[in-house]
Amino acid sequence: MRRSKRFEVLDQRPVNKDGYINEWPEMGFVAMKSPYDPKPSVRVENGQIVELDGKKREDFDFLDTFIADYAINIARTEQSMKISALDIAKMIVDIHVSRKEVLEVISGITPAKMTEVINELNVVEMMMGMQKMRARKKPGNQAHITNLKDDPVQIAADAAEGALRGFAEEETTMGVARYAPLDAMGLLIGSQVGRPGVLTQCSSEEATELELGIRGLTTYAETLSVYGTEKVFIDGDDTPYSKAFLNSSYASRGLKVRFTSGSGSEVLMGSSEMKSMLYLECRCLYVTKGCGSQGIQNGSVSCIGIPGSVPAGIREVLGENLVAALLGLECASSNDQSFSNSDMRRTARTMLQFLPGTDFIFSGYAAEPNYDNMFAGSNFDAEDFDDYNVFQRDMQVDGGLRPVKEEDVIAVRRKAAKAVQAVFRQLGLAEVSDEQVEAITYAHGSKDTLPRDVAADLMSAEDVMKRGITGIDVVKALADSGFTDVAESVLSMLKQRVIGDYMQTAAILDSDFHVMSGVNTPNDYMGPGTGYRVEGKRWEEIKRIPHRINPMDI
Amino acid sequence: MQVSQELIEKITEEVVRQIRSRGDSGSVYDANGCRRVVAGELGEDDVPSMAGRTRINENKSDYSAYKRAEKGTDPKEIVIGVGAAFQREIKRTIGGIPLEEVLRNVKAGIEEEGMIPRVVKVLDTSDVGFMALESAKLSGSGIGIGIQSKGTTVISQKDLYPLSNLELFPQAPLMTLETYRRIGQNAAKYVKGENVTPIPSVNDPMVRPKYQVKAAIMHIAETEQLDPKLGIIEWEGK
Repeated sequence: MRRSKRFEVLDQRPVNKDGYINEWPEMGFVAMKSPYDPKPSVRVENGQIVELDGKKREDFDFLDTFIADYAINIARTEQSMKISALDIAKMIVDIHVSRKEVLEVISGITPAKMTEVINELNVVEMMMGMQKMRARKKPGNQAHITNLKDDPVQIAADAAEGALRGFAEEETTMGVARYAPLDAMGLLIGSQVGRPGVLTQCSSEEATELELGIRGLTTYAETLSVYGTEKVFIDGDDTPYSKAFLNSSYASRGLKVRFTSGSGSEVLMGSSEMKSMLYLECRCLYVTKGCGSQGIQNGSVSCIGIPGSVPAGIREVLGENLVAALLGLECASSNDQSFSNSDMRRTARTMLQFLPGTDFIFSGYAAEPNYDNMFAGSNFDAEDFDDYNVFQRDMQVDGGLRPVKEEDVIAVRRKAAKAVQAVFRQLGLAEVSDEQVEAITYAHGSKDTLPRDVAADLMSAEDVMKRGITGIDVVKALADSGFTDVAESVLSMLKQRVIGDYMQTAAILDSDFHVMSGVNTPNDYMGPGTGYRVEGKRWEEIKRIPHRINPMDI
Repeated sequence: MQVSQELIEKITEEVVRQIRSRGDSGSVYDANGCRRVVAGELGEDDVPSMAGRTRINENKSDYSAYKRAEKGTDPKEIVIGVGAAFQREIKRTIGGIPLEEVLRNVKAGIEEEGMIPRVVKVLDTSDVGFMALESAKLSGSGIGIGIQSKGTTVISQKDLYPLSNLELFPQAPLMTLETYRRIGQNAAKYVKGENVTPIPSVNDPMVRPKYQVKAAIMHIAETEQLDPKLGIIEWEGK
């Protein structure tokens, strides 16, 4: 066949470099509804659920048992299950039905019923639902702070800039896992330089992550992964019970924690049990709730290429974010993984969370160029900062970021890098040269920085773990080297663990370390004129994008 | 325009001809030789549906005659644990590198540093973290390498936490034979207790959109070849 020139052009478009596949339910390649999904049902005997979604208690797998015992409001379940999925879907969209009323009804429904409810909603209705059901009144945003070299000084500088730009939480991870203690310290210090009160975490192997948290080198945790089938849980050497135990371990030390799940993971691991991605994700979210977690990071997350490849996959991703909110969980709604070669497609996907607002629209946004993003790339990166600021201004939507001045960014980057240099010197860790501080201050990414002595860094990292260095040692080192204000901020972050208020659902901290959560600042949206509105000082801040025309210059 | 009897007849004739030719299901071309296209009709899908199929490869390889892998005693030994579909159902990595070449380079890297490779096939898990850890536990030196058939590789050590590692190479499409050789060399250096500089990370944020579906299909193909009863088998003679 002779080729059409138009088709030759279309074939070269970025969107055609993405991967797509037909629905294949047997392998789990189906987003919203699989012919093998169970029919909703529940039966209670003597205060115990003895039948769940068509299965008798003796046939339960460990997810069913866990969900039946800990995640469903048994007192209300038979009553809630009598309401049709369509009627519940209508309540979610109806501005006259409050968030509280919806939460009450939802508390009694099963995962299969939840799947049916979400299937009744189109994406606009889901966005309306999210606008009302999000836990915290004000939406927020989270950043990824990473780089190819795992350079802790660059992490500190990017964390400071990210905090200044408005991120409420910052997360790092490493290419070389053993860098974790140094990178966690860089992130902790840098974040407080940029804006006091920003929460930080270091995504690593679970035992290491817990230890870093206990030591006060991080201020929250996120990487407690749960899965929708028993097989995938077992492959990860885990059960819902072990996750609940891990959750309690963090809670016992006063640390904020959220779980992580997302559609596509069971497909990717070859154990979807022929169920839809949405149904499996509902099971994950019920397990999360049953574990007593205040929140979840979900929305396919790192498996986004899988729902992204099938029909209605992106609708499903918003659907699973909404399920989290419907269960009363804080929702950090993904958008955190490169998902498409097409700028249009990746933007469209993010609008579904950006427009209604979620507790954290991204989890997170690459606050460095994507080549430095060690989560294998986020959906938005540092080069999109101004685009994002313009979205906020165009639509008068609060996406959690703000325009910043170049001189302010340079100032906080330098201070963060110098603070890390000083702390490492005080603690006898790997050296940070003045040239490194200078390069990092002005850097866009790790291509602009000097190499580090990796072997020496890794010895220092090991040393941090062996010597039992804690957050308090960081505070002392900061104070002893003259960074008194940063020392006070880090200390205030550590105090949060004694106070404990920031363990409430969807908590973030303002610059005075006051908690804003779904408990003390709950979302009260009930239609026009209610809920969070972009106005006052915040709106003025959003308006001030760079590159505005000054009429006097014309 | 004048509507004459003649024009009406002509139109009628044309409509009848069109209806007839549409009824003529054998032909995809109309009377003028143009390919018949009816806007809004689905027509045949050029990508066949796989719905109903529960496996990727109908057949499962039988390894029951293979020797079970035992724990090595040579302190210079490094065990390489390959995936269940390795060199059988899957012959190339996700990036298209032949698996023989992958193995040859990892082994060469180990040997260049004076250590001894042993290759086993892991049949009880397709999770690369556990493949590497189990290999490390079988290895006389305590250092092991796990390689999935799609090319994802981990260097592990027998005392590490299951999801931890010495070095991890998560983006299989970016792997080169040079990287595989250096993985062998670094694994050997860990055995020698040297202060090893990890192989620098590489990162391409567009790997996921392009390769994740393919990765899922390859992983399913690997996972369906598992035979947990057999555990780990010797895959190549020493």
